[in-house]
Amino acid sequence: MSPVTGSAFFWTSVVKILIVFGGILSLVAFWTWVERRGAGWIQNRLGPNRVGPEGLLQPAADGLKNFLKEETLPPFADRFVFLLAPVMAFVPALITFAVVPFASPLPTPWGLVSPAIADLPVGFLYILAISSLGVYGVVLAGWSSNNKYSLLGGLRGSAQLISYEVSMGLSAVAVLVLAGNITMNEIVARQQHSVWFVLPLSVAFLTFLIASFAETNRLPFDLPEAEAELIAGYHTEYSAMKFSMFYIAEYSNMVTASALMVTLFFGGWDIPFTAWDNTPPWTVLKFVATFAAFWLKVVAFLFAYVWVRWTLPRFRFDQLMDLGWKVLLPVALGYVMVIAVAVWGLGAAGVPFGLGYGLILTAVSAVLLGLLLWGLDRNRVIGGSAARQRARWLADAARQRGAA
Amino acid sequence: MLLIGFVALSAVLMVALSHLFSSTRPTAAKSLPYESGMTPLGTARERYDVKFYLVAVLFIVFDIEVVFMMPWAVAFRSLDLLGLGTLGALIEMAVFVLILVVGYVYVWKRGALEWN
Repeated sequence: MSPVTGSAFFWTSVVKILIVFGGILSLVAFWTWVERRGAGWIQNRLGPNRVGPEGLLQPAADGLKNFLKEETLPPFADRFVFLLAPVMAFVPALITFAVVPFASPLPTPWGLVSPAIADLPVGFLYILAISSLGVYGVVLAGWSSNNKYSLLGGLRGSAQLISYEVSMGLSAVAVLVLAGNITMNEIVARQQHSVWFVLPLSVAFLTFLIASFAETNRLPFDLPEAEAELIAGYHTEYSAMKFSMFYIAEYSNMVTASALMVTLFFGGWDIPFTAWDNTPPWTVLKFVATFAAFWLKVVAFLFAYVWVRWTLPRFRFDQLMDLGWKVLLPVALGYVMVIAVAVWGLGAAGVPFGLGYGLILTAVSAVLLGLLLWGLDRNRVIGGSAARQRARWLADAARQRGAA
Repeated sequence: MLLIGFVALSAVLMVALSHLFSSTRPTAAKSLPYESGMTPLGTARERYDVKFYLVAVLFIVFDIEVVFMMPWAVAFRSLDLLGLGTLGALIEMAVFVLILVVGYVYVWKRGALEWN
């Protein structure tokens, strides 16, 4: 079946846009509820449970309330930039998703419908370009509010976002070396024909995961909006719907970052251990199954965001910058070179791209990951002060035993 | 393009509509910049640490490097440079990264990555 063309292409695009836009917004609304109930669950309390069954209508109530609440516009703020900032945060957060393929192609009477809104040939570059625009929302909001908390939040936010973007891009380079193609569809297809890239590129996945937590301003990297230090950071002065838009932007960024991790490292819409889902002829059933598989993986990542948020404490700003520039950057850069050497070696040895190829790289990466986590770290970053304290206690206990 | 237009339109609509529907009753206290209930001291348009500027400059250097690496990464397996095939591509990128690492070490030793 040939792809859709002409006016059918236009109308299928419109339908896809409405589905994705509505889908992301509902997922965001639902996830604010999951986040709060999850917090209650982890902290052994209830969380919102009054509005609707189990509090499920809480997001709707919040949305309506935010819509009707009083809007404040600080008289000393830069009016135009102040109004522009939430739009600048909102738009990139929602359009980044456009190139991510979320299911197998869908056959319709008018032809085959591609599963992404726009199947751009530059795929990944579009994501890098658009997702970096999000920093404008943060920095403009922070500067225009004429509030010291906002200014600090905006500065921290911009420094953090640009620092981790480098590591994010470098870990993606490792994916591109292996995929040899930049369109998202081809990256997914490559994983379907070998193994999910999380195995052969485990170190890149780790750096990408950490960087995407930082890019979405989530704990343990939520310094731009650290409540205890900066009230709400760059959106302290925002109220009503404009505040809500920052909130929606943050959660949409989470959805997009999860979708990216799924696409780059977890096979996108691939269903594991079967080739049924990725071979033509395309059917509606395959579309539904792969659609479900994709969103299941995304939701798993979204849950990880909630889990991490209520488990880990916040970094200090110097620790954050150290982790970004002194750990993630050299690790990601070195890893790209290691992967390039390995790919060259495999090519020279004549190993064809496939399962065996992926498994050899998996072994290489597993060794590197082990070296990275246990050899290099030595409890400095991951163990942190708790590990140092424990070592001190053990030393004290040993000394006392020696004295006795 | 359609999506960008659609999202931008809905974003502007959200700002405009909530502006229409919401009531605004500003008072003197409400209009002050929020500083935890204290009377604000001075303006927020202050000087801030030059470090942030430094980070931005470093970001540009390393981000452009990432952009350089991307086409190389995509074409890596089919490149034929220095008459050595893929090995040539590997050597060329190794030289490029080595130059970058020299700069990185210099920046680190000069303390540009230190925060206190």
